[in-house]
Amino acid sequence: MFPSNFEYFAPTTLDEALGLLAEHGEEAKVLAGGQSLIPLMKLRFAAPAVVIDINRVAGLDHLEESKRGRGFLRIGALVRNATLERSDLLADRYPTMATAAPLISDPIVRNQGTLVGSLCHADPQGDFGSVMLALDGEVVVKSTAGERRIPIKRFLDGPFTSTIRPDELAVEARVPSPEGRFSGTYLKLERKVGDFATVGVAVFVSTERGKVTRAGIGLTGVGATNIKATEAEAALVGNRLTDATIDEASRLAAAAADPRTDVRGSADYKRDVVRVYVARGLQELSGARAA
Amino acid sequence: MKQSITVTVNGQSRSAEVEPRMLLVHLLRDVFRLTGAHVGCDTTSCGVCTVLVDGTPVKSCTMFGVQVDGRSVTTVEGLAANGAMHPIQEAFKEEHGLQCGFCTPAMMLVATALLEENPDPTEDDIRWAISGNLCRCTGYQNIVKSVQFCAEQMRQASAGAPS
Ligand SMILES: Cc1cc2nc3c(=O)[nH]c(=O)nc-3n(C[C@H](O)[C@H](O)[C@H](O)COP(=O)(O)OP(=O)(O)OC[C@H]3O[C@@H](n4cnc5c(N)ncnc54)[C@H](O)[C@@H]3O)c2cc1C
Ligand code: FES
Ligand code: FES
Repeated sequence: MFPSNFEYFAPTTLDEALGLLAEHGEEAKVLAGGQSLIPLMKLRFAAPAVVIDINRVAGLDHLEESKRGRGFLRIGALVRNATLERSDLLADRYPTMATAAPLISDPIVRNQGTLVGSLCHADPQGDFGSVMLALDGEVVVKSTAGERRIPIKRFLDGPFTSTIRPDELAVEARVPSPEGRFSGTYLKLERKVGDFATVGVAVFVSTERGKVTRAGIGLTGVGATNIKATEAEAALVGNRLTDATIDEASRLAAAAADPRTDVRGSADYKRDVVRVYVARGLQELSGARAA
Repeated sequence: MKQSITVTVNGQSRSAEVEPRMLLVHLLRDVFRLTGAHVGCDTTSCGVCTVLVDGTPVKSCTMFGVQVDGRSVTTVEGLAANGAMHPIQEAFKEEHGLQCGFCTPAMMLVATALLEENPDPTEDDIRWAISGNLCRCTGYQNIVKSVQFCAEQMRQASAGAPS
């Protein structure tokens, strides 16, 4: 399959990339890992006149914690999923993201694919959207006009639609650093290795003296975008993780899901998987017996 | 508009004039006449088009040729050296790691990249490494055995080599 023809630019600095976006924005596509864009171009679902390959832009491959303010994790636009999968920093401090990374596609695709590219692609079946929603992350975007920081809930706008403007480049994703005792995980039901989620669930809690101070629940594959189960989160805050609170939160999360029947399963089935997976995830976090 | 690129392919510098839309797999097969990288699904799923770019496995049906300008690409044709087969090729022969052979170039390249990083992989490590590569013939059993055999041979060779 051959994509339609395009003009190709491979800038090496951020300024150069932003200049090209300012000039060509509307008719251009940014190429990061290419693992979503190139398949779309081959099918001619996308036929940009200009492709701006950011793979040679210096300074976009940082994966580090910043101590500014309350602290946050910075994931540069060129950090590959394979790097996230192997990161000790993620395994120690951002377990929700660390567990999701190896469940995305297969090792060869993960050598190329990026978290930031996945967010820009805004596939409702993308796993990192849910992780970012559970962790209350944001995306930093830049253009020649300046910088915007967009909370993930506003960034993901609809199926395959984000609120980034055509002249903007997403330079990094940010996630607030955890405080107190915390734990998190990602559960994914897939038909085979490398498949997109039938249902995915991201969970995160931090606790102080046994009580939940922050809760995050993100749902994959059960709506037009990744869904933040805000009512379920609110039901946990201020409470202990007990069978009763976990039960309540998982029912609220299932109610927040808006799945559709497709080859991967019926709407009712997927909604119930949300309930079971949220309960299972929270049980795991509470260290209690499995659901 | 065509663009000129220079790529180190299997250790040799090669240049070409290509349209930016030309996929790496077509650059290798149609321009450089290296037909070891196969096209199976053409949808980033089967992995038979896998080659190494700067040592890292990449699905060459999902990268543009212009992206490897200035980089180094290894295909299955680059494994044998000085008329001798690479240990991974010996191992696939020894352990019957192939039947039709369609998936084999990719399997061997992925295996060499794994062994480069992890000379003593567990069976799980090997199965993880090849989980992006489909084989419709072997049931994977002998592929795993071949990689294990190769790892063993390479460890023995480096233990025996004067340091
Ligand atoms: C076989 C297969 C299975 C997969 N399975 C899964 C899965 O289970 N779960 C999952 O979450 N994903 C899955 N993916 C998608 C994969 O993770 C993609 O790599 C990822 O979604 C996109 O990242 P990328 O870096 O490849 O982006 P690209 O393909 O380069 O870009 C995707 C889109 O985002 C835009 N974009 C990218 N980066 C930027 C930026 N910095 N600024 C502005 N715009 C940008 C591009 O213009 C394009 O529109 C799968 C892909 C394949 C091929
Ligand atoms: S042909 Fe490239 S992954 Fe199947
Ligand atoms: S040997 Fe035939 S596909 Fe693997």
